Amino acid sequence: MSITTDPKIGLIDGPFQRQLEALSQSRSWYNWAGYAAPSTLDCIEFEYFALRNQASLFDISPLFKYRVKGSEANKMLNRLVTRDVNKIKVGRVAYAIWCNQDGMLIDDGTLFHLGNCDWRLCCQEPMLDWLLEAAWGFNIEIIDESATVAGLSIQGPTSYSILSIAGFTLDNIKPFDFYQDRNGVLISRTGFTGDLGYEIFFPHEKASDLWDLIWNSGSDLGLRAIGYDAVNIARIEAGFMTAGIDFMPVQSTEYLHRGQTPFELNIGKLVDFKKGHFNGRRALLDLKDKPRSCLLRFDVGGFKPADSALIYHKKKYEVGHISSGIWSPTVKKSIALAHIKTQYRNSPALFAEIYTLKEGQWIKRMEKMVENKSPFYAPPRAKQTPPFKR
Amino acid sequence: MEAKKSFDAIVVGAGHNGLVAGAYLARAGMEVLIVEKNDWIGGAAVSRSLNEGWTYSNCSYVCSLFRREIARDLELPKYGLQIIPYEGGASFTRDGNYLAYYSDHYALRREISRFSARDADAYQRYATAVMRQCRFIRPFLLRNAPDPTSVRPRDLSEMAFLIKRGYELGTKELQDTMRFWTMSIGDFLDEHFENDLLKAHLAGSGIIGTGLGVYSPGTAYVLLHHYMGDIDGGIGAWGFARGGMGAISEALENSFKHHNGRLQKGSGIDQFIIKNGKVKGVALENGDEFYAPLVISNMDVKRTFLNHVKTEALPEDFKKAVKRFKIRGSSAKLNISLKGFPKFPSAPQNASFLRGDMHCTESLLELEKAYDQWKAGEWSANPYVDMLIPSQIDPTMAPKGDHMMTVFVQYAPYELKVGNSRSAEHWTAERCKALSESVLDQISIACPNIRSHIEHMEVRSPLEIEKEVGLTEGNIFQGELTFDQLFFNRPIPGYSDYSSPVKGLYICGSSTHPGGGVMGAPGANAARTILQTQSKNMHMTGYAS
Repeated sequence: MSITTDPKIGLIDGPFQRQLEALSQSRSWYNWAGYAAPSTLDCIEFEYFALRNQASLFDISPLFKYRVKGSEANKMLNRLVTRDVNKIKVGRVAYAIWCNQDGMLIDDGTLFHLGNCDWRLCCQEPMLDWLLEAAWGFNIEIIDESATVAGLSIQGPTSYSILSIAGFTLDNIKPFDFYQDRNGVLISRTGFTGDLGYEIFFPHEKASDLWDLIWNSGSDLGLRAIGYDAVNIARIEAGFMTAGIDFMPVQSTEYLHRGQTPFELNIGKLVDFKKGHFNGRRALLDLKDKPRSCLLRFDVGGFKPADSALIYHKKKYEVGHISSGIWSPTVKKSIALAHIKTQYRNSPALFAEIYTLKEGQWIKRMEKMVENKSPFYAPPRAKQTPPFKR
Repeated sequence: MEAKKSFDAIVVGAGHNGLVAGAYLARAGMEVLIVEKNDWIGGAAVSRSLNEGWTYSNCSYVCSLFRREIARDLELPKYGLQIIPYEGGASFTRDGNYLAYYSDHYALRREISRFSARDADAYQRYATAVMRQCRFIRPFLLRNAPDPTSVRPRDLSEMAFLIKRGYELGTKELQDTMRFWTMSIGDFLDEHFENDLLKAHLAGSGIIGTGLGVYSPGTAYVLLHHYMGDIDGGIGAWGFARGGMGAISEALENSFKHHNGRLQKGSGIDQFIIKNGKVKGVALENGDEFYAPLVISNMDVKRTFLNHVKTEALPEDFKKAVKRFKIRGSSAKLNISLKGFPKFPSAPQNASFLRGDMHCTESLLELEKAYDQWKAGEWSANPYVDMLIPSQIDPTMAPKGDHMMTVFVQYAPYELKVGNSRSAEHWTAERCKALSESVLDQISIACPNIRSHIEHMEVRSPLEIEKEVGLTEGNIFQGELTFDQLFFNRPIPGYSDYSSPVKGLYICGSSTHPGGGVMGAPGANAARTILQTQSKNMHMTGYAS
């Protein structure tokens, strides 16, 4: 009798498994929230360049999705997240973060204002118990849509043209707007790449139809299905942080003091102290001006990716580390997101200690780091409305 | 601004090397003017729309050699440059088969095994040998070639670097290297492989742009010249510039202008203004004159010194050396607007190699025969073609669903033989048409229906390339890449430091070390040399310094 076939363990299929499996040449799957998700389908390089030059299709169904509705939904969400949700109009999406009572970041995600007192929250970490706790005492209902709503992200310069061919009218959809059709398909102009792109959400049972519609619409416009490895390059180029990599969601840290405040993650502008009380407000007021370290963007010297490098002030004192470091194929630079101890954040003499292994020999390099205050890559097409056709 | 006549430096020719040199000088703080004869910039790194809706990379068509150090120093991505790698390639055969090239190691191994199991394994050793040569040569690209006869400190220190690198190779490797640099690609491939088709597929890079055959000594180096570039660290990888090769020139122009560089198009140079052995400026064909103590010519060495410098300004020996510099036209080019995507019947549906470089030659013998015809003054009846359809990857090159095809053609002589006379003037429109028919016949081996998809076609003879771009004889490298005119021999022994007998007159084009291809290195090296030797307070900064 085999001991390796317990049907309850192992990766499970998402709504697009049939389509993805047929396209997978590299057979490289990773575990995203228990689902088999592609790291690559073919080759990271060509998937990445499809994203930046044509269009890419990426399955985002494993995201956790929660519906929050009821007469006090706005009130409850305003208690939960740090920004003022009353400023988010119906039909808009907003990036939001939420903290525990110590002011430490729990997670980040996108809030969709679907209708009057009707919201959807999409995030990377499971959040049902926290939402239910936060909902206590409010007249609202929380529905876990994680397993019923499927999602596709179509990103890249031809994404708009492809969706137009598919029959969606998105001419007036600005970044962070969304559009809903009568069949329960929601298309938002959002993404994790900093490029022109859209995310599409729909009920699981429509998954095959939607995939086919988009896939066929993209055949002449270079549409390519991609895995997360390519998305990861794009998100670092856009300067976006990832849970568990660039910040530690405080609810899953075991060691003490590994959580981080929004001010330590350089997203302090998402904290609105004027809107009234919210979770973590008191702690954040206290911690606002006392960040222990800062998450910053850096151009790194040389031509080698600097992932995980330790950072030294004057090549001598260890003052931080790189949490995401890549060679950017589009800006042709080594780029990094790095945590630097606050007192050294303006140091003109920061160096990344980079090790490379080549045919049995390690080479150590100390490369100069220069802070880059803007995203590494922000093409104008990402903001243009209506976008260029093709 | 319009009235300004005097500059710190003038660059003649807005080809990519001229733009690189100009951009570095402008960055260092010089007031720089670039003059260009055409109404557009780029030289042979150009994108033009000759048929509405389609964009051609009219001359150079793929990119790998462009130095990453230069792209980074001049911030070209910020100014709009994006390089997209392409995947694989294939050589098609008359009997309906093909040999595909894949970047995936085991896929390639399986593919070569269809023809020879032994060659599949030999490929690994071949690739390692070539890559070792690439690693040896790459550090020299952004350094000046030392003059071995000079005792100037900078020549001695460069010589020391060269000797040190050579010594590090060890006896056997150094012997291999010297052999490799002087041998033919045919011999090199025969040493490694048994299969004709594989050899033919790999040999193309050894002859592209060169007036030599696959068994001519020196062609192994030409192959290396095509392999020593990289994309994102993938040495030997090739790609497209998004928007065509002109996108490189455009980004360079933006970078140059951002540092207050000035560009004047539409009138070429008549003469360099030279007084008492010193350059004073340039006189243009339209009568304008501009003055500068430094003038840098991006034109090839022949055109620069034989056409635009008064003969009395040059020593006899130098003139003789310029005259004998080999810069022979050997190639032609077709740029095609395709309606729809033509069928390649032998290729599987959606084959990745259709997005790469495709060829229709089956053996080294066939390539050598094609060369024989060139020697006789004819274009090859079965030419070597290097064809790509970049619009599959770059959506900006053609209307949706339609495609753009670039076809490099070898061999085509500059001086075409008709009857008993050989002359470039024989390249009439009818003969260009006849050449294109030979090429389309050759393409039909892979793609039999090609003719029915053609919406528009630009046919470029060596003469036409010379006339438009200014490359003497239409030679794409501004001079052949043979050992007698490479490194410290390029362009002319004693003048490998970008200087000339005329004080203040420099050259920065592909005629200089390290040679042709859209590399930018000659331009960067020339700028660095000029700033080091001609300026006290301005310096070149960055990775190419």
